[in-house]
Amino acid sequence: MAVDGKSRRTRLIGGPGILLVWLYGVMVVGAVSRSAVQIATEFDKAPLAYSLSAVAGLVYGFITYSLVRGGERARRAALVCCAAELAGVLIVGTWTLVEPSAFPDATVWSDYGMGYLFIPVLLPVTAMFWLRGARARTAGAERGTAPGRRDPAAEPDA
Amino acid sequence: MLVALTVATAVAALVLAAWCGWAAYRDEPTKDWHFIGMAVVSLLALVQLVVGIVQLARGEDPEQGTTIFVAYLIGAFACVPAVAFMSLAERTRWGSATVAAGGVVLAVLQVRLYDIWGG
Repeated sequence: MAVDGKSRRTRLIGGPGILLVWLYGVMVVGAVSRSAVQIATEFDKAPLAYSLSAVAGLVYGFITYSLVRGGERARRAALVCCAAELAGVLIVGTWTLVEPSAFPDATVWSDYGMGYLFIPVLLPVTAMFWLRGARARTAGAERGTAPGRRDPAAEPDA
Repeated sequence: MLVALTVATAVAALVLAAWCGWAAYRDEPTKDWHFIGMAVVSLLALVQLVVGIVQLARGEDPEQGTTIFVAYLIGAFACVPAVAFMSLAERTRWGSATVAAGGVVLAVLQVRLYDIWGG
């Protein structure tokens, strides 16, 4: 991934970040392709559920793009989107449990993402911790050391 | 779909996940042997893609629709190569962890493929 020319940007895909990018990438493909097929073939069956899946896909896509791009603004934007995503999972998850009749078919966020191994609810929490830490890491640590792994030279002597 | 092939791909994917998960646990990046493992799993997924298309061409129909079936076949084929490149870019334990996650995703896709085909 082309990071060399713009190494001044906060790098968000080093270390654990690469795992987040992969999981978000999977969710993008899952949510976008699923909603595309459903909206194209049977939109009338459950318009609300399919639209919500499409929105979820867009949010995932934006977060993935922000992580890969890196930089302080992308970091903040991704943080906001993760919060929105978490809110979405919790609201839609509760909604599907309280009023199942509103959802004749499942969305990505139904039952807190149970159909996706609860990844939709775990991912934003993990990502928010990661993004919060990313700022402190790049502000203090030297570049060149792998993020997520401590640089022994940077540790103050006890 | 050949059930045996689906099961074999799923098991191979889980073995790859466990192997790379072990590497991540031991704080190691992916090595040549891991990439050979990824190549084997990718090959299985490629065979599956070909077999699936041949069966569609012979007029057999997946229970849940041809579009979804083909989409999942392509997704399953692209899964492991994608994580392989990511682990090349990230030469730490986290690259290994990503391949492990890719193996789990592929195994889940196999279960879905089985459902979509209709047993």
